[in-house]
Amino acid sequence: MAEINRDDVAHLARLAHIDMSDDELDRMAGELAVIVDSIKSVSEVAGDDVPATSHPIPLSNVFRDDVVGETLSNEEALLGAPDNADGRFKVPAILDGE
Amino acid sequence: MTDLIRLSADALSLRLRAGEVSAVEVTQAHLDRIAAVDGSINAFLHVNTEQALSVAAGVDRARADGEALHPLAGVPIAVKDLIVTKGQPTTAGSRILEGWQSPYDATVIEKLRAARMPILGKTNLDEFAMGSSTEHSAYGPTRNPWDLDRIPGGSGGGSAAAVAAFEAPLALGTDTGGSIRQPGAVTGTVGVKPTYGGVSRYGAIAMASSLDQIGPVSRTVLDSALLHEVIGGHDPRDSTSLTDPVGALVEAARLGQVEGMRIGVIRELSGEGYQAGVLTRFSESLELLRSAGAEIVEVSCPNFRYALGAYYLIMPSEASSNLAKYDGVRFGLRVVPEGTPTIERVMGATREAGFGDEVKRRIILGTYALSAGYYDAYYGSAQKVRTLIQRDFASAFGKADVLVSPTSPTTAFRLGEKLDDPLAMYLNDVATIPANLAGIPGLTLPGGLADEDGLPVGIQLLAPARQDARLYRVGAVLESLLESTWGGPLLAQAPALDGGK
Repeated sequence: MAEINRDDVAHLARLAHIDMSDDELDRMAGELAVIVDSIKSVSEVAGDDVPATSHPIPLSNVFRDDVVGETLSNEEALLGAPDNADGRFKVPAILDGE
Repeated sequence: MTDLIRLSADALSLRLRAGEVSAVEVTQAHLDRIAAVDGSINAFLHVNTEQALSVAAGVDRARADGEALHPLAGVPIAVKDLIVTKGQPTTAGSRILEGWQSPYDATVIEKLRAARMPILGKTNLDEFAMGSSTEHSAYGPTRNPWDLDRIPGGSGGGSAAAVAAFEAPLALGTDTGGSIRQPGAVTGTVGVKPTYGGVSRYGAIAMASSLDQIGPVSRTVLDSALLHEVIGGHDPRDSTSLTDPVGALVEAARLGQVEGMRIGVIRELSGEGYQAGVLTRFSESLELLRSAGAEIVEVSCPNFRYALGAYYLIMPSEASSNLAKYDGVRFGLRVVPEGTPTIERVMGATREAGFGDEVKRRIILGTYALSAGYYDAYYGSAQKVRTLIQRDFASAFGKADVLVSPTSPTTAFRLGEKLDDPLAMYLNDVATIPANLAGIPGLTLPGGLADEDGLPVGIQLLAPARQDARLYRVGAVLESLLESTWGGPLLAQAPALDGGK
């Protein structure tokens, strides 16, 4: 089973969109290595014959009637947004250099 | 009037219905108590004074007009700040949601409003319910009313401390790995994690969706049953909500009967790693149940030793996905960094500033467990362990009607003691996590004080899925037997707080 190192944490932080300082990466890598070490035995417990459980009490075909329910108004939906314009969420540039 | 704060929800309901006291008086007494003691407890992140009093006044008018009211109408309640409420802030204990107000109510909040229960305010928690001590709250820790230098448990330490400090007779909590039950244990209060799907999760800010469950927090077993019946039942807005009726929980708590029942002691949730005083009180509870006519049997759940590991793969995996929505676009904090602020840089800076250490740890751990190449070995394996734990429970419930264990391996530890050791913090939940993985219901009730430190010990009861009523039936008996040995409720032995009269 693979260990987790500082480069892994830096990569994962980029994937998770969390900026991290060098100090934070060092600390996080140390803490996560201990945690990963303690939980890795899980991968050795169950064989191929054991099915996975994704939900404790599985339900299937959960449908409702196809009618319009209560919805938020445009105003309500924008109420908590950090920025908005023309009834929409406003965000900074998507791409660099334009 | 200070006596009002010491009454159970059931006793308050009786007095309100008899017209001996008004809902405004009851609500005001609790608001006064909050004003007097919450400076030292820090159970509340927001106090909802005006709205609570206005709901109470409405109940008093309705009662005077002879309107039919819910039995708990006018009985005030506190709500964990992970559950969204219109007209009050919801922070989830995080900077990233500071000042945010939900445009809608959670289903459980709609139910409280329909029952006309005044909402006293929102209670403190570990950020996004990630923790066992409330020390991970961005708004400072809550303190244990039994000893202000100690943790009140977590993540729902605010709800448990509010109830233990007589700031509220009832509260709502959420339990993903023990966040209702472990705080209940260390504060000498009662808390119930219902069967998964028994209470709607709509409007509970999601941490790990396949584990999260809303449930009642109270000082007595009957009070939890009363609240459970208010909040339970099918909700089409939660696709994991069970269609079963809530069941006769209050009746089970009032009946309280264990004669002829088989109560199973889980061998793996005892012994090494458990504080001596916890085990002593636990053994006494078993003797009391035996004396009341229950048959005590031993059961073994060998795969429980992998439960903590499986939990710390499944929970962070689901949490890392659920917390992706805090990106500075639709709600909450937005941090715009220096230079050319693209949306990607804004997200990175916002999540850096808005999330605390424990949340970041779990997001990174979850992202790791779900990443290409590791998915099968980690997340996939953990889901298989989940199956093994369900099988352990199925076999144990073949031999016993209800299972019993200590709720938490230790009593409340000191603030700061485990903050720098995440793994030691995680071990607090070793006895509560299996129920979440299997989706079964669990209840904690006070089992006495540990000899070595004089702090509360919790006794946990577990029942098969959909059999929540059994917890109340057995819990009520054990509570009454224990209280007769103590000569009153355990909380009567708690130290007086500033403002206590």
